[in-house]
Amino acid sequence: MSTLHTVNKSPFEKSSMDSCLAYAKQGSAVLMYEDGIYGAIKGTAIADKIAAASGVSFYVLGPDLKARGVAEDKVVDGIEIVDYPKFVALASENDKVQAWV
Amino acid sequence: MSEQIKKFMYINRRAPYGTIYAWESLEVVLIGAAFDQDVSLAFLDDGVFQLVKGQDTAEVDMKNFSPTYQALGDYDVTKLFVEKESLEERGLTLDDLMPLTYEDEDDDWAEKDSIKVVSRAELADIMEEQDVMFSF
Amino acid sequence: MAIEANGKTFETDEEGYLTNLGEWEPAVAEVMAKEDDLELTSEHWEIINFLREYYEEYQIAPAVRVLTKAVGKKLGKEKGNSKYLYALFPYGPGKQACRFAGLPKPTGCI
Repeated sequence: MSTLHTVNKSPFEKSSMDSCLAYAKQGSAVLMYEDGIYGAIKGTAIADKIAAASGVSFYVLGPDLKARGVAEDKVVDGIEIVDYPKFVALASENDKVQAWV
Repeated sequence: MSEQIKKFMYINRRAPYGTIYAWESLEVVLIGAAFDQDVSLAFLDDGVFQLVKGQDTAEVDMKNFSPTYQALGDYDVTKLFVEKESLEERGLTLDDLMPLTYEDEDDDWAEKDSIKVVSRAELADIMEEQDVMFSF
Repeated sequence: MAIEANGKTFETDEEGYLTNLGEWEPAVAEVMAKEDDLELTSEHWEIINFLREYYEEYQIAPAVRVLTKAVGKKLGKEKGNSKYLYALFPYGPGKQACRFAGLPKPTGCI
């Protein structure tokens, strides 16, 4: 059973990302979008937690990065930048979606 | 108007697009600028994200209001305090922010920076001096 | 509410400002001016075009005192004063000219 976790709140304001990381099991995927994309920025405490999460694949929605002025070279290495169709594909590839709102 | 000039501070603590707070604050600042008070803006916590340069909302179908911060100088809003610790916690530096300037009427219209990066302790002192604070 | 210009219908709000500023075309300004009993001259157009450029750059319609200052800087002191601007736009250079230019009501005009 694989799960796609989605996070759309800033990790600096809400605990959604922290909880998501604590619950995400090996083989699951985490997608950051809307204000959740701030979790993908290099050099933060959240970035360290992402690096420590083994066996979890991370994605971030490109259009939301652009809207917020977060350049691709600011994104933590290993996080894949995706578009809307890939978001949909991830949702269908996984058995279920868990939204950390 | 003979009323005494008060020190007004607008405190911005939210990221720009996930909620309406940032845009609402900017509108209130521009409207309030008509009242000739001593206005300053503080950006801390996720509020520092409002000033990040290179915002492009074309693909998310929202209004990109970041260019409006450039108009603040025309409205005589020239003191934007950005908290250093909030920038650092978010992996940002001053170079990641839009350069915002104003022309100083009292100094032969010299172009000056509106953004000033201050420490949390310094910002706390600046807040202490205010008469009125608005939180967004 | 709506106005007719150039054979098309343009939706406006209750104060007569264009609902969708992307739809604007010069004929809109002409029709709005006619309703206000104004004949648009090149001096009017200079201000209308200035406002559209201001909006393009800053994403807001400037308050009248900001407009006055900015016009003075760009087009000269003899134009950057309220006497000149009110002579062109008797209902207020902020409100009336912004309406003609297809912009929203100025931010900071109460």
